Amino acid sequence: MSGLALARRALERAAERGAASADAVLVQSETHEVCVRGEQTDSVQRARQRCLGLRVFVACQGGLQQACASTSDLSEASVLQLAEGAVAAARASAPDPLAGLPGANYARELPDLALCETADRGMTAGQRIEMARQAERAARGADPRIVNSEGSSLRSRFGHFHYANTDGFAGSYQSAFHALDSRPIAAENGAQQTDFWRSVARRSDELQAPEEVGRRAAQRALARLGARRISTCRAPVIFDPLCARSLLANLAAALSGDAVCRQSSFLAGKLGETIACDALHITDDGRRAGGLGSRPFDGEGLPTRQTRLVQGGRLQSFLLDSYSARKLGLQSTGNALRGPSAGPEVAPTNLWIEPGTGDLEDLVRGTERGLLVTGLFGQGFNPVSGDFSRGASGHWIEGGERSHPVEEITVAGNLGEMLCAVDAVGGDLLWLGPIAAPSLRVASLAVAGA
Amino acid sequence: MSAAQRELPVRLFRERFGIDENALDAALGVALEKQLDYADLFFESSARETLLIEDGLVRVSERHSGQGVGVRAICGERQGYAHTDEISAPSLRLAAQEARAIAEAGGQRKLPARSQSPARPSLYPTATAPTDEPLDAKIALLNEVDRYARARDPRIRQVVARLSCEQRLLMMAASDGGWAADTRPLVRLDCQVIAEAPGGRREMAFQGMGGRFELGGLLDAQKWRPMVDEAVRVALLNLEAAPCPAGTMSVVLAPGFPGILLHEAVGHGLEGDFNRKGSSAFAGRIGERVAAPGVTVVDDGTLPGRRGSLNVDDEGTPTRRTVLIEDGVLTGYLQDRLNARLMGQRPTGNGRRESYAHLPLPRMTNTFMLAGPDAPEDIIRSVQRGLYAAFFSGGQVDITNGKFVFHCIEAYRIEDGRIGQPVRGATLIGNGPDVLRRVSRIGCDLALDAGLGTCGKEGQSVPVGVGLPTLRVDELTVGGAAL
Repeated sequence: MSGLALARRALERAAERGAASADAVLVQSETHEVCVRGEQTDSVQRARQRCLGLRVFVACQGGLQQACASTSDLSEASVLQLAEGAVAAARASAPDPLAGLPGANYARELPDLALCETADRGMTAGQRIEMARQAERAARGADPRIVNSEGSSLRSRFGHFHYANTDGFAGSYQSAFHALDSRPIAAENGAQQTDFWRSVARRSDELQAPEEVGRRAAQRALARLGARRISTCRAPVIFDPLCARSLLANLAAALSGDAVCRQSSFLAGKLGETIACDALHITDDGRRAGGLGSRPFDGEGLPTRQTRLVQGGRLQSFLLDSYSARKLGLQSTGNALRGPSAGPEVAPTNLWIEPGTGDLEDLVRGTERGLLVTGLFGQGFNPVSGDFSRGASGHWIEGGERSHPVEEITVAGNLGEMLCAVDAVGGDLLWLGPIAAPSLRVASLAVAGA
Repeated sequence: MSAAQRELPVRLFRERFGIDENALDAALGVALEKQLDYADLFFESSARETLLIEDGLVRVSERHSGQGVGVRAICGERQGYAHTDEISAPSLRLAAQEARAIAEAGGQRKLPARSQSPARPSLYPTATAPTDEPLDAKIALLNEVDRYARARDPRIRQVVARLSCEQRLLMMAASDGGWAADTRPLVRLDCQVIAEAPGGRREMAFQGMGGRFELGGLLDAQKWRPMVDEAVRVALLNLEAAPCPAGTMSVVLAPGFPGILLHEAVGHGLEGDFNRKGSSAFAGRIGERVAAPGVTVVDDGTLPGRRGSLNVDDEGTPTRRTVLIEDGVLTGYLQDRLNARLMGQRPTGNGRRESYAHLPLPRMTNTFMLAGPDAPEDIIRSVQRGLYAAFFSGGQVDITNGKFVFHCIEAYRIEDGRIGQPVRGATLIGNGPDVLRRVSRIGCDLALDAGLGTCGKEGQSVPVGVGLPTLRVDELTVGGAAL
């Protein structure tokens, strides 16, 4: 039975059991992953998965009652059980006057967003191993100080997403994802450092050359050798595109309509206000061709679209699904993300900071004294208050040049204040996932060290 | 393993999916047509349920039931793994063929007689699976938690409480004749509250509790009220908190959940895979002093009802208590089968995987430091200026250079030996191999956490426990916004 037919069957069973409305998701996927470490193949993995998810609404005084259920057993008996369980669970939950399907404005045309390439399905484990091996060799051979590695891996996932609801919307799309990673270890004077580089694409022929991935990974690990702490200070801080992307991911949590409704975003109530410096423009676009976050429709069947979230530092929109939009008196922005085993949640599609001019090296040259951050770790961000405090590593800058690598420090501030203090935006936007950013410089941040 | 813990999964896989001893032998036989060192099968059938209350409404009611099987083939250091969510003889054969492709040469190994580890009483006997308990009781609990938290203080603006229940039935069979089965319940109740000051400033706090026991263990108000009280207290406290001072200082860690310092700073670095590959900062250092005298760290998967406990690990090895550091000296690593074999050591019952869809890795269970001689008040009194870290939201480590970071939800300045001003946004950063050497006082008050920890490694999440007595660590870098 086709994916959509299965989803529709689940909807029929739900209606028979008393659901007033419902939607169903079926996700089928196939994943291949290889890892090469040194000269050896470390692991070869292959997976096939499918999961059917059902969300039902039951009419009741005061609104709709809602529940979700999912299963990886697609037999007739299991689908019936799924529908029965979901309806019973909905009846036990509280009515919510805002719950329900979007009701209207479903996606009409489903554009081809170049999300997969059929030929890639024919790739063999041997071809994948060869690509990972080339990356691994390039990383290991880059410098005598590269003494070890965590390995190089290639992961390909092919997915087929089906969605149908009782308002009559039904749609399917296929997507693929290939990620080539390398993680070498550099050692010198008894200290070892690791770093990684990665290339990610919808089509395998859009991946960076494996040698380039390995080389970049090695360069990054080597650059960390000899790192030391610096004294606690306040300094201008440059974030490279990878770290700026991590800041944007933190910001995305506060831009989410879910968080705003829950009063757990420092941006709640700030729509229309200036929240960042005027050089910052932030866009979400679910329809970028080949984009790693692209999809023709969202997890509720609504069309994806381009939304300008921040324009010249002014907060123009939140990321919204239909529930958070209803609660805030706004329209959905098509940002419902839906996995089979849960209801819709708000998430960015392709989210980026619009590039400015110059690149990381220009920012370094333009900084007399300060910190360049090339690694951030830990989850020290509080979306409720905006407080930000994360572990960092990178380079100290003196006279517009890297003077020495640094580690075991933290950078801290308030994300709201940091956005306003951005005084340079690079032109080097880098896509390594659905969230992307160019290099950024924040005029002054607290740096904790020795 | 008790008989009942084993019987349930065995019956389920036989009756519902037709997987009997012959089917196990057949699948392993397919794998062994190639020259392998080892092959194993991991069957899983699980149910998960999540209920969430927000704005006083049960907004999320989700239930997932899933099943699947993973087939692994090991040849030297190479692992082939294939898994599928269809449990049937043909899909098992296909997965075995895919997994064995890791090996080139043909093999003809015969299967030895099946053996199982001696029965021991289950660490988590349950009469009813938490996922089979009625929804009404669960929803009533969340409503009570919500009402109770809001009634504590008018400044509490939002309460998000979540109840998670899980029941996993597992069966494992290996080419060396090893065989095991386990039934694993898991429950957790957590609560996030947001408080708002009259000026509009908002702060949040979080608490949780749970373990491997029946739902009834959470329903008792005497148990969950103190947990909610804590979340409310800390959220209100943070409304008064000042930005955290930045710099290097002495830090006193509270007993219990701050044990994630051990988990991040040393635990991961002692996992067998990183040490076999030589990528850990602790590699090759068994027998060396890695911590101050008096520091003893253990990993113990055999504590009844604990979140990190297991009757057997996910390769069928019975769990045990492993001493990692004894009186400051490194004594052992945490091992799964692959890494133990390659390092010439014995598996320690630490081979864990998130589900059938993942390869096992050496992972922690419940990791804690044993109590020392000092009274907690004396430890605080011994610090002139520093930080008291009472509760954390999480942490992370870079295995290779040993650097770790973690984040405080509740922290205070220590001034003249007394706990003073609460501070927010505190982050601790340090170096795993160094930090335990800088331990200068160990409290007599070892406590394990309340059962809320989850550990992530290579994209796999598993429940874990941590514990610590009050501990003084000198010269830690504290990250904060105040200079």
